[in-house]
Amino acid sequence: MAMSSDEEYGSDQMMSDDELDADSLGELAGNLDSDYDNDADDDQFLENMRDDKPQKPAYEVDYTTLSDAELRNKQKEQVEDVRHILGQPVEQTAILLRYFKWQKERLIDKYMDDPDKVLEDAGLGAEWNDDPKLEKVRGFSCDICCDDDAEMNTYSMRCGHRYCADCYKQYLENKIMSEGESGRIQCPTDGCSRIVDSKTVRLLASPKVLARYGELLNRTYVDDKPNLRWCPAPECEFAVDCAVRQTELHKIIPTVVCNCGLRFCFGCGHNDHQPCPCALMKKWLKKCEDDSETANWISAHTKECPKCVSTIEKNGGCNHMTCRKCKHEFCWVCMGPWSEHGTNWYNCNRFEEKSGEEARGQQAKSRASLERYLHYYNRYANHDHSAKLDKDLYVKTEKKMTSLQSSSGMSWIEVQYLEAASTALQQCRQTLKWTYAFAFYLQRNNDTYIFEDNQRDLEMAVEQLSELFEKPADQLAASRKEMVDKTAYVGHRRRILLEDTANGLRDERWQFTTDIR
Amino acid sequence: MSSSKRITKEYGELENDPIPGVTIKPIDQDMYNWDIEMSGPAGTPYANGTFKVRLTLPTEYPFKPPTIAFKTKIYHPNVSNDDKGNMCLGMLRTDDWKPSCKLRTVLTLAMKLLNEPDTNDAVETSIVEQMKSNHDAYVQRAKEWTKTYAV
Ligand SMILES: [Zn+2]
Ligand SMILES: [Zn+2]
Ligand SMILES: [Zn+2]
Ligand SMILES: [Zn+2]
Repeated sequence: MAMSSDEEYGSDQMMSDDELDADSLGELAGNLDSDYDNDADDDQFLENMRDDKPQKPAYEVDYTTLSDAELRNKQKEQVEDVRHILGQPVEQTAILLRYFKWQKERLIDKYMDDPDKVLEDAGLGAEWNDDPKLEKVRGFSCDICCDDDAEMNTYSMRCGHRYCADCYKQYLENKIMSEGESGRIQCPTDGCSRIVDSKTVRLLASPKVLARYGELLNRTYVDDKPNLRWCPAPECEFAVDCAVRQTELHKIIPTVVCNCGLRFCFGCGHNDHQPCPCALMKKWLKKCEDDSETANWISAHTKECPKCVSTIEKNGGCNHMTCRKCKHEFCWVCMGPWSEHGTNWYNCNRFEEKSGEEARGQQAKSRASLERYLHYYNRYANHDHSAKLDKDLYVKTEKKMTSLQSSSGMSWIEVQYLEAASTALQQCRQTLKWTYAFAFYLQRNNDTYIFEDNQRDLEMAVEQLSELFEKPADQLAASRKEMVDKTAYVGHRRRILLEDTANGLRDERWQFTTDIR
Repeated sequence: MSSSKRITKEYGELENDPIPGVTIKPIDQDMYNWDIEMSGPAGTPYANGTFKVRLTLPTEYPFKPPTIAFKTKIYHPNVSNDDKGNMCLGMLRTDDWKPSCKLRTVLTLAMKLLNEPDTNDAVETSIVEQMKSNHDAYVQRAKEWTKTYAV
């Protein structure tokens, strides 16, 4: 059962770090004839994947990332394209396209219908060919600064509203630098809606302001086009082009990976929240915010051992706890004995609804609904927290390993499996976290059980991998193969879960307790 | 290009040709902060009241809009009921302000709002609701406030 993804997803050109993980792992592990404790659906899954020609997973979408220069070029091309049809200069065409939010066909239709009206609406007024220039006007007094020096330069656009060049400059600088305006800056005159064209900006603005203006214009292009979105990472300059529409977000969670490495949702701009659809993700965050006080007590990071009541602090991501005092092993999340967690009896992820008889009366009902919410919130918050602990532990371990490496002569490539394991762990915890928001809104039916089984299997695999990180660094080298295997396995479990939830969304098979449109 | 010439000119014009109901205290040192008194218009719950108003001009004036704040408490849907007492005027919004706009227009509009509150552009939505559901209660409350704070 090779995890090398070549034959599985072969020809797909899109970025997918799942593939990358699997590929690099395949190399690192050498012959990865791993001994997973397979159950039937794993085999079924791999059978299906092998059967036909390579197929893109249902949870992935097509997209491309665009750099600043590529975005500018795209705009230039479109302006060139349209300006010949309209017979308008470049500047004017750009304003028109921006006014029509780059909907080329609509612009051309409307323009052919009534060019004067289109020009007027876009703030351009009658035709205009000459280059704009500064003028000295005798007897002129600037209405903004009230200066009337005969030697001062003045400027007006075709609307004829004239101001001194300094005031015009300062007006533009204020709009561009402090208000972040670009394509919709109007003439400084109250009531005049004529748009300041880029020739005017070029004539008047300083190089710094002009550069910012160009950047902002570039931004409006991305903001105006529904198929484009900026990468939300701070300082990142890439945009992503993806065809998924806002109206489709109840059927797909368009998750993309920017060139900077950030994995985010193209639909809403939030960090990766698969398998929870955008609408549910927002509702869940809102709910958590509203109920934060109620939920606060459970996110405490110390608990008592259920057996001997001594205080236990969590310092790794793994939820398998062993009391230092009495050696009792239990689960941090449900506080039940750990012995049940390694088996198919594992039930920690599932919320058992109390039977109808117990939940009678208003008070009992609201208590039951609070319990239900806390069940999911607890697990959601725990994975979030565990991911951070996992990361801390990895950073510590990596440091130790690097020092070990220099003393033991291990090669660089040999410790890379640690990084791969850590990355997989982070990604799987992120997915697991959102499965609990997903499950909170899920209406119970037969599909729910399959989902919960997938969730349980991923969770079990993740806890096992996470536990390996808690070993002392000098013992880690010995468990390399185990770690590589388990890393491949968590990725595999994650893909199964995402495939199932994505297919269900696409086919509208899931029933939720709330509207997700 | 400094705004002093413009501000002086606007002040002079308002002094020579004042807006009815609006008194501007002389500005001595600080020409960016104007103390103004507005008389509550007759026939409104604000009648007989004198409202102290602070008009603040940013250093970037007239490229950035001024702000108007009521120093006297007033029960009015367009004035925030907090320690700031900001009056929300459409033309004072950053997007709508143009450097050619004049303080005369700003103050005239503020006076107009005292005369007839704009329920479509309110900061205090609870007052708007009261105006709609129980107008008499609104009038009474506004009159009380005027009597308590502005007379
Ligand atoms: Zn000027
Ligand atoms: Zn104009
Ligand atoms: Zn990015
Ligand atoms: Zn989303």
